[in-house]
Amino acid sequence: MVENFEPNIVVFACNWCSYAGIDLAGTSRVQYPHNLKVIRVMCSGRINPVYILEALANGADGVLVTGCHPGDCHYISGNYKTRKRMLLLDKLLEQFGIEKGRVRLEWISAPEGERFANIAKEFVEQIKKLGPNRIAEKLKEEVEVV
Amino acid sequence: MNKPKLAIIPGANCAGCDYSLLDLGEKIIEVLMSVEVAYWPTAVDLKLEDLERLPDGSIDIVLFEGAVNNDETKEMAKLARRKAKNLIAFGACACFGGIPGLANFASKDGLLQKAYVKSLSTINQQGTVPCKLTRLDGEELTIPELLETVKSLNQVVDVDYYLPGCPPPLKLVDEVLTAALSGKLPPKGTVFGSMKSVCDECKHIREEKRITEIKRYHQSIPDPEKCLLEQGIICMGPATRGGCDAVCLTVNVPCRGCMGPTPESQDQGARMLSALSSVIGLEVETGMSDEEIRKIILQIKDPLGIFYRYSLPRSILRRVWGVRE
Repeated sequence: MVENFEPNIVVFACNWCSYAGIDLAGTSRVQYPHNLKVIRVMCSGRINPVYILEALANGADGVLVTGCHPGDCHYISGNYKTRKRMLLLDKLLEQFGIEKGRVRLEWISAPEGERFANIAKEFVEQIKKLGPNRIAEKLKEEVEVV
Repeated sequence: MNKPKLAIIPGANCAGCDYSLLDLGEKIIEVLMSVEVAYWPTAVDLKLEDLERLPDGSIDIVLFEGAVNNDETKEMAKLARRKAKNLIAFGACACFGGIPGLANFASKDGLLQKAYVKSLSTINQQGTVPCKLTRLDGEELTIPELLETVKSLNQVVDVDYYLPGCPPPLKLVDEVLTAALSGKLPPKGTVFGSMKSVCDECKHIREEKRITEIKRYHQSIPDPEKCLLEQGIICMGPATRGGCDAVCLTVNVPCRGCMGPTPESQDQGARMLSALSSVIGLEVETGMSDEEIRKIILQIKDPLGIFYRYSLPRSILRRVWGVRE
């Protein structure tokens, strides 16, 4: 484990459930680690796998994708699409040689501020155990000076 | 008036792109009559020194074929750029890394070990692998050394135009040569091909069906009328740039993705991942549990190899990052 390693984590949160849940964690003053950078999107189904690959290629140590619980999607079926995509992405990332656990999918609803804080803490611990993601520096070495 | 100069410079290629030029038929005579060939090792007896002797920037059209995979092809790429007025990445390998780019699944040492020591048909007890420099009887012999990561042409030098395809479709080869010879080239950076996906040119009918089983191509004879993806056969059409008139699909063979990513996407594999996950499952999304979906997904044996067959070096992550032999 790298000492004093503070992971850089990107969180994608859907507007209707998860972002509201994360907001609730803030307004109810529930403490959660500062390592998470939350990006709001309209629906978890809107999260293109490119975003996740880009995050990993640009030095994110972990990516947390959050959406409404199955059945609760504001757009009826967006989160079901996310579920399928993330299951396939898991397999693809494994082949890419990216450690299991760097990318995670969680369903967080609007009243689950407390739950989000717990997931955040647990995820940060998990990424700390995995250590930093070195892909960004290695990719930089690959880039030729044109 | 002097004729425009044409050079065709090979990188890590298979010469399949040369064949696509010959496929022009009688038109090739017209093309060759209107240019002066400065270098084309597959067809013309000119040496590398002849190419080096020409002034920089003096060759009007340079077609670079193949990926950049070792220090020799890297030098060839740089030479091509120096001599070229217009440098065209010719074929899928030059554009995206192509089939040689699949070497990015392994490390350089892993590749050499697999090819020269560990493959089942090889007996190599000393574990001899090729190395850059060998001294023998007072002589020094050198061979090119592999790069750790295979690259597309534009990851090594500045590229003016792209003509994808494996091999490039005849229609587009004609289009490029006609444009270049008449001096009517489009803006720099243009990719010759359609702005839409292969599906747009495909005649198979889509019914918005869902699939609960992934089949490999040899396991069934697909219905020639219906979308292959909706029959459970992985077809790269939705993630691949059109311009090839979907020729593979006219003979009922699934698209393999040789035209590279569609114009709006940076990563062919990610695009395919989205497209494929949309057709997996049942019409009613709630009808399947995580476990059932996972079971279908596990039937896709090698998503990385299928989704990035031609474009791994040009993808966002570029290579496999774990240590692998």
